[in-house]
Amino acid sequence: MDLQVLDFPGGKVAFTSKMQFISETSEKRVPCYRVLDDYGQQIEYDCSAQVNEELAVKMYTDMVTLQIMDAIFYEAQRQGRISFYLTSMGEEAINIASAAALTNDDIVLPQYREQGVLLWRGFTVQEFANQCFGNKVDYGKGRQMPIHYGSNKHNYFTVSSPIGTQLPQAVGAAYSLKMDKKSACVAAYFGDGGTSEGDFHAGLNFAAVMEAPVIFFCRNNGWAISTHTREQFRSDGIVVRGQAYGIRSIRVDGNDALAVYSAVREAREMAIKDQRPILIEALTYRVGHHSTSDDSTKYRSMDEIEYWKMSRNPVNRFRKWVERNMWWDDKREVELRNDIRNQVLRAIQTAEKCEKPPLSDLFRDVYDTLPSNLHEQESQLRETIKSYPKDYPLDVPV
Amino acid sequence: MLSILRRRAAAGGSDAVLLSERLRKSCAAAMMRFQGYTTAAKEMTVREALNSVLDEEMSADPRVFLMGEEVGEYQGAYKVSKGLLQKFGPERVVDTPITEAGFTGIGVGAAYYGLRPVVEFMTFNFAMQAIDHIINSAAKTNYMSAGNISVPIVFRGPNGAAAGVGAQHSHCYAAWYGSCPGLKVLVPYSSEDARGLLKAAIRDPDPVVFLENELMYGERFPVSAEALDSSFCLPIGKAKIEREGKDVTITAFSKMVGLSLEAAEILAKEGISAEVINLRSIRPLDRSTINASVRKTNRLVTVEEGFPQHGVGAEIGMSIVEDSFGYLDAPIERITGADVPMPYAANLERMALPQIEDIVRAAKRVCYRSVPMAATA
Repeated sequence: MDLQVLDFPGGKVAFTSKMQFISETSEKRVPCYRVLDDYGQQIEYDCSAQVNEELAVKMYTDMVTLQIMDAIFYEAQRQGRISFYLTSMGEEAINIASAAALTNDDIVLPQYREQGVLLWRGFTVQEFANQCFGNKVDYGKGRQMPIHYGSNKHNYFTVSSPIGTQLPQAVGAAYSLKMDKKSACVAAYFGDGGTSEGDFHAGLNFAAVMEAPVIFFCRNNGWAISTHTREQFRSDGIVVRGQAYGIRSIRVDGNDALAVYSAVREAREMAIKDQRPILIEALTYRVGHHSTSDDSTKYRSMDEIEYWKMSRNPVNRFRKWVERNMWWDDKREVELRNDIRNQVLRAIQTAEKCEKPPLSDLFRDVYDTLPSNLHEQESQLRETIKSYPKDYPLDVPV
Repeated sequence: MLSILRRRAAAGGSDAVLLSERLRKSCAAAMMRFQGYTTAAKEMTVREALNSVLDEEMSADPRVFLMGEEVGEYQGAYKVSKGLLQKFGPERVVDTPITEAGFTGIGVGAAYYGLRPVVEFMTFNFAMQAIDHIINSAAKTNYMSAGNISVPIVFRGPNGAAAGVGAQHSHCYAAWYGSCPGLKVLVPYSSEDARGLLKAAIRDPDPVVFLENELMYGERFPVSAEALDSSFCLPIGKAKIEREGKDVTITAFSKMVGLSLEAAEILAKEGISAEVINLRSIRPLDRSTINASVRKTNRLVTVEEGFPQHGVGAEIGMSIVEDSFGYLDAPIERITGADVPMPYAANLERMALPQIEDIVRAAKRVCYRSVPMAATA
């Protein structure tokens, strides 16, 4: 008999005299969970996919709002009205459906392509615009470049540019929830590229060891700026890494709103009840450029982009399902789109006209209380402005 | 004396009883006072001081917890967290896998949520693997989130040179962290410093980098009764004048304070009265105390272990130039470590670090006493 058992630190393990290397790939890739087919038809009756009319309509309208908001803000950058923007085009289902499956008590640590999650939770188009314009009512007090949203009341941690840093931070926040015995979890989002960061390894490993209630949600959209996933890693995507850390994982069709919704619902229950991390890999496609600083036609074909934009569009796919249930129609579609378009345009105009933050916001929040050296610097600056008014533009408030 | 009174009381009656009672009480009071003096003479190592602070602060505030490599079962790589796992359990004293980036990020995340983590680095050399989290996730976050997310975290561990541990275990990071807005940087020297400053750090709402020194852990210092009290706290941003003087100001921090005090003794014998300032805080730097001292002595020598370029001494020197230039009677001198990665061989290591003689010679130079320039082997 070949298989006998040995005792090592880490537990008992069977051993064999046949030398066999585990293949670098399995014969079949991990299958992808989906509920709706490409035409918005439910493939199988699945209770976990039960979404009622109210929820479905909110999900759909938010997906459309996200789409339109992204498009118009992008254009605003092109017109020079804001300095930067980053869209979530193609990932509307991921954004809205995952948010819909969480509660407002669950803490969200985003990367930067998850503005839809914040939208779902109630952040208004005006609030988004204020941050992008860095005006005086921006919750960020004009401290950050556009799309770096944050909102304590929506349990959405402020976006931070360095990639992957939110992953160990998510574990820390989840550990705190665990210590407080709260019935809530943390949802940390990241892209395929982010999984190459050391923080990904540290975050997942730690979460497993500490048994922290975190949902690690990977948006595998195929591209990290111009780096295709083939140049990012050689594993079968991200889902296979979960087991390497001892984390339960699933791969879902990220363009299927119902699949994303069900998977996150289930993941949340397991995370909280069992106090364990869960890894979800949502396969999708980044339809837009990485950001307004990128022109992706330089490294991928227009045909590829068009294909994903039209035939594999997650918003249209979900719309077909909603319409099939008689919960939506063309008339409401036209009304909604017009309504949102006007809302977004108005929000931009209002945000643009609004004053910039005052000078006093320059020195505050470096520390909890204003230290004397910064107080001095502020007085010196004010004196300089008074002495040389011609050097300081009148439209910047002091 | 009490026994005599008792015999008398037994003989006398009620008055005597009252008298003996009063005398007994005053004796007891005198003994208490005597005990008070004994308490003032109580000694504590820096290690014990730090341990006592962690113990007291964790007892007082359930949000405070300690995290790091070997802090639990092993009792701390330098035994600073001795006994804490046994007392508070694994939820409050967390042994981490080997990933500085990981546990620093986790600590920051916990602080974002509202806990008060104390993150221990085995040495600050290893904190380099976590510097993104220290600077980008901790230091800048209160500002970048417009006050929405505060980070009440303490990063602590040994900093600077030890003995014979080579370049990757001997780097001093005071100037690195000192340059970063959003951080507070503390550098204790004595046990009293360790107690007061670590308590202040843990209670502070901002991220604090707490630079200890491995060679100071075992050093014993007298600690006052006041410092032993659990509410004892030292203000952040205030330096301490360890020794008053009138001829030259010597600024130092951490281990170098000890060397500067010894240098001051030697200088005193040669008729130079040196004022030794223990910085205690690198950021905020106590510019007013330093400037006031230099305005009194008119001469300055800064002492630090770290590398010379962009060091703490450079910042202090510039502060004097900006605020007290007219008071200087001699150029400012800075004593620093050599501009090389720390060598291992004992003789080379000695030459790469400031020694007492270097400080003495520098003080003499700024006092325009004749003295050979270079160090001898």
